[in-house]
Amino acid sequence: MTMNLPADPPPGPESSAMGLATVTSEPLGEASAIAPGMLPAGKPRSAFRRSLDVFLDNKLAVTGVAIFVAMVLFCFLGPVFYHTDQVHVNFAIENMPPSAAHPLGTDGNGYDVLGRLMAAGQISLEVGLAAAALATIVGVLWGAVAGYFGGVLDSAMMRLVDAMLSIPTLFLALVVVAIVTPTTPILILVIALTSWLTTSRLVRGEALSLRVREYVQAMKVMGGGGTRAVLRHIAPNAVGTIMVNATFQVADAIALVVALSYLGLGVPPPKQDWGGMLSDGVQYVYDGYWWLIFPAGLCIILVITAAIFVGEGLRDAVEVRLQQR
Amino acid sequence: MAPVTPAPQAGTGKGPALVAFFVRRLLQSIVVLLLVTLITFALLRMIPGNVAVAVMGPGAYRNPQAIKLFNATYGFDLPWYRQYFLWLSNLARGNLGYSWTLNQSVASLLANRLPKTIALVGISTILALVLAIPIGVIQAVRRNKLTDHAFNAFSTIFYATPAFLIGIVAILLFAIKFPIFPPEGPQGEGLGSIITNFEAMILPIVTLALVTIALFSRYMRSSVLDNLTEDYVRTARAKGASERRVLIRHVMRNSLIPIATLLGLSLPAILAGALITESVFNYPGMGYLFYQSALKQDYPTLLGFTVVVALATVVGSLLADIAYAVLDPRVRYVSS
Repeated sequence: MTMNLPADPPPGPESSAMGLATVTSEPLGEASAIAPGMLPAGKPRSAFRRSLDVFLDNKLAVTGVAIFVAMVLFCFLGPVFYHTDQVHVNFAIENMPPSAAHPLGTDGNGYDVLGRLMAAGQISLEVGLAAAALATIVGVLWGAVAGYFGGVLDSAMMRLVDAMLSIPTLFLALVVVAIVTPTTPILILVIALTSWLTTSRLVRGEALSLRVREYVQAMKVMGGGGTRAVLRHIAPNAVGTIMVNATFQVADAIALVVALSYLGLGVPPPKQDWGGMLSDGVQYVYDGYWWLIFPAGLCIILVITAAIFVGEGLRDAVEVRLQQR
Repeated sequence: MAPVTPAPQAGTGKGPALVAFFVRRLLQSIVVLLLVTLITFALLRMIPGNVAVAVMGPGAYRNPQAIKLFNATYGFDLPWYRQYFLWLSNLARGNLGYSWTLNQSVASLLANRLPKTIALVGISTILALVLAIPIGVIQAVRRNKLTDHAFNAFSTIFYATPAFLIGIVAILLFAIKFPIFPPEGPQGEGLGSIITNFEAMILPIVTLALVTIALFSRYMRSSVLDNLTEDYVRTARAKGASERRVLIRHVMRNSLIPIATLLGLSLPAILAGALITESVFNYPGMGYLFYQSALKQDYPTLLGFTVVVALATVVGSLLADIAYAVLDPRVRYVSS
């Protein structure tokens, strides 16, 4: 539900874990440790190469990358070639249907819809990508520290995660956005601070299984400290899981920012994101102004679907167990 | 409190371990709930401005005595930890706060709105389960065939489509283009209007269900796929059970276990979906009121509802865990 808001864990057997109870939980690292022995004789390929091959074989994943790149180019390079005024209101040309001058018509303020799609997309993508990146960093550090040190610290840190997870992301974000007026950086912060939780749970699970590995033990014997273990060993070795999760984070973050702006709690005018365009367009739903709804809606679906395809492709590529089925 | 890790073991002597697990899990939930109230209280303290002035109007600035009296009456002059315990003891007695904006207690607002949200969420979740379970099974059995890909495309699109977009398209198609259903949810007071005006419920229910179907069917598919590779399936086949019997008697029953826990765990997602759906259809439930309170910056309502929603989520995930432990005889809980 991206709305998903769905702001919830990526679908798949492993996410049912939620740190609670699973029978089939099998640490990822274990599988990849066995894998080299199972390779057919001949030219040995690195784990990275094998994963890349699996990813590139996945048509949906490659399509996802293509769509995502295309949308980024459309939003960020589009305005270079297609100049429109997205600041000054012009009621003389409000709600014009598509024409040669305005390929996707104009909206209630007289803004060109095609140009607006690009400008709004910049905000949706910026907020989505930045929030996902920030959430991933916070989640990885939090989870790695909790999992590596364990004990009371782990319990305390994870109970805080549990507590924040029990307030649905959209509810928490709405409360915070009602308290502080949203601007682009604040939206990024709010979304990141409400969505790093699932990442931290996942990484904690990885850290729990990684910290007893020989190379981490060896490093400890040689006098390495906790910071080194977390930053140089735990986090890099969980990178597959982290990347998959980060991709789904992008989908969820975009869904959340779009939902917030649809609800009227997005960036203030004259700026707008795709959700804001939709919520304006819906006011004319009885007038049949389809160009105010469908282009923005299509952009949202395309970007989120693309991110999910990429995430699923990455997950298959990382999960060696699946390769062997 | 030691982290709880489940370990699959031979299912002997489960009783005491199970009870110990329940107790530990219950204690954990209480800690989590207390943390939730702390977080909520911290948010309450972050709110800018002066409550006394907000309630009595800007004229109150001319009468510092009145502000002082107000603060003393409602305990706003106490140190923060005393305010927290005051608030907490009020919560424990069911006093969720008072909405100055709506001039009504948050508890009575909740009593008025919650049944409607429960009706919407309940009906649409049942509908979603009834459809998602067979879809997931069919997809798993026909893995990587055309049927699987078709359903997969369907569920990915609905998973990726924000609930409000599904709602808007539903209104466009079935309320405006083909005026079969009303574009708004039932507006009357109380639950009676839901029954007398059920055709107005159809679009909200279907919108919310479409979002959850996509979530559940994906889980069901991977759950069935996992179970198909289990040893007991091979055993059943070796004993000559028909493919149909293997699927229904063995695989499906076991695959439903994660769905039972998923139901508890996806409560936050479903509630978020309900908030959006209610806002799109002006359905007077809890989510819609929460949204309007955010617009009007009606903080007591926002925070009172947040606590209740969090409580529901904590109880939901507790029930999910207990259901999992009871339903799956292979799981035994040990503390590491």
